[in-house]
Amino acid sequence: MSLAEPAALPVATSAPPRRHALGRLAASLKASLPAYLLLLPSLVFLALFTYGAMGRVFVDALYQRTTPKAPVRFVGLDNISAVLADPSFTGAVVNNLVYAVGTAIPSIGLALLFALALSRTNAVTSALRVALFLPVLIPMVAASALFLFIFLPNVGLLDYYIGRLLPVLPNWLGDPDIALYAIMIITIWKNAGYYMLFFLAGLQAVPEDVMEAAHLDGAGPFMRLRYIILPELRPTFLFVTVIATLNAVTQVDHVFVMTKGGPSNATNLVLFYIYQQAVEHYDIGKASAATLLTLAALMALTALSFRTLANREGGP
Amino acid sequence: MKLFKGLFEDAPLATRREITPKLGFALTVLFAIVWLIPFLWMVVATLRPASEGINAMAELMPSVKPTLDNIGDAWEIGDFPRYFLNTTFICTGILLVQFVTITLAGFAFARLAFAGKTLIFYLFLMQLMLVPVLLIVPNLRLVAQLGLYDTLTGVMMPFFASAFGTFLMRQAFEAIPTELEDAALIDGAGLLQRIRHIYVPLSLPSFSAFAIISVTSHWNDFLWPLMVINSPDKRPLTVGLSVFTATAEGTQAWGTIAAGTLMVIAPLLITFLIFQKRFISSFVTSGIK
Repeated sequence: MSLAEPAALPVATSAPPRRHALGRLAASLKASLPAYLLLLPSLVFLALFTYGAMGRVFVDALYQRTTPKAPVRFVGLDNISAVLADPSFTGAVVNNLVYAVGTAIPSIGLALLFALALSRTNAVTSALRVALFLPVLIPMVAASALFLFIFLPNVGLLDYYIGRLLPVLPNWLGDPDIALYAIMIITIWKNAGYYMLFFLAGLQAVPEDVMEAAHLDGAGPFMRLRYIILPELRPTFLFVTVIATLNAVTQVDHVFVMTKGGPSNATNLVLFYIYQQAVEHYDIGKASAATLLTLAALMALTALSFRTLANREGGP
Repeated sequence: MKLFKGLFEDAPLATRREITPKLGFALTVLFAIVWLIPFLWMVVATLRPASEGINAMAELMPSVKPTLDNIGDAWEIGDFPRYFLNTTFICTGILLVQFVTITLAGFAFARLAFAGKTLIFYLFLMQLMLVPVLLIVPNLRLVAQLGLYDTLTGVMMPFFASAFGTFLMRQAFEAIPTELEDAALIDGAGLLQRIRHIYVPLSLPSFSAFAIISVTSHWNDFLWPLMVINSPDKRPLTVGLSVFTATAEGTQAWGTIAAGTLMVIAPLLITFLIFQKRFISSFVTSGIK
């Protein structure tokens, strides 16, 4: 990621030494002009939809805009405190935390298992990798359509094959105690194969000679996993954890299709809450306040994890 | 780049032979079978006649009298050709503009020295961490202010610039020997000509990797088009499918839902099965960078 400069700045050699600082700046900007022009198209869109959007979220959060046409009123931090006092927001945050941990750990664990088991390449392992990777490619909406039937009470796939063995047939999506776990299953099914790829790639970096030496020293599979492979995979773990966390906050299509946040807000997630405030209640102020809080939390988290990663890679 | 080559070639790596206990492999096989069941059900249910009743719906054994009626019904209820067209238009439009923006910006970062390079680089980097999906509220307001609400352009616009694509192209361009460019420079080729005739043709694998990632993600996008699009005839596949599912669910037409889902996911799955290696290596690239 370092920016290795291929050559010195052209201005450094062309500018006479006695020139004014201002003149040097002008010359440097002039020399930079072609680069700026090349960057311009990207910067325009980034400015509008990324940095500008950040700024607008910040400003919108300070104002009250309840209907599209109502007068806008400056309310300071009222939106933030309103969101924090809203039980459906705090509920969504708690749900999202449970959902994030409950999807990240199983899908990362499974991904590691799959990668270790399929690290050898042959016709069989390739077919298995494809089978496990297929859910990654389909839209979450399509996955939800399939799982709607899988979770259907009484006649659905799950009850038809497994539910009959239980003392009581559960209403997978209709029971507030179960619904969140039910939608977590879809996420695990959809993401494990994706994370598997990163572990497969990470395994390629495990040094061969170390493995060979461990083998000669009589280290068993568990010892080799514990002391060589897992430490080598640490950057992969961190990277995949970041991706899984971001996914947990940004993938909500299944909530739209399957539960609409219900029953009794049991599957309401933060992004769905933001959508509801903005689109269903026209409350841009509250939606922006919720967005702002989520962005802050996510940015802090990713910055922290990338820092850890950088320290670890740079360290001894 | 070297890293994911190992995903496909069985190099004599010590790690490959030794880390797989038999139990782990058996478990993985079991999971792979479970992972395929929703797909299997989708195909079986699509071909099952509605006359077999709701109680036979969960049966994974295919019907002895398969029918194409469900596909016909789904085709009639949902406006799938229109949805296909809209999604294809959105993905192509985004990709074409992205090709231009990421090529130009990638070249600037790879080959040009300019004032504020590090700062601008970090501005790009920020987009990767900002999670654009979360910015739907301000972006919807902006799209409305630009008069692009309920237009396909409005759906496409936030994705015209791509930090990920820029970094990918920067990396590809850096790998190209400068001697090639110097030769063109002596021949009097301008900046854009050099990009067009030297850098772009030599970076086609990176372009195709980016195309796969970009098309896959926008083909599957749901929340953003759901918010921007209002007219039924402008719905992309995902939004169309969700409306279709909600309609058909009311009538308990599970065979029809399965058929509709099959139609939506078939194009991408077939493309994947043909270009498997390309797809998988692109997905790994998207993570490694």
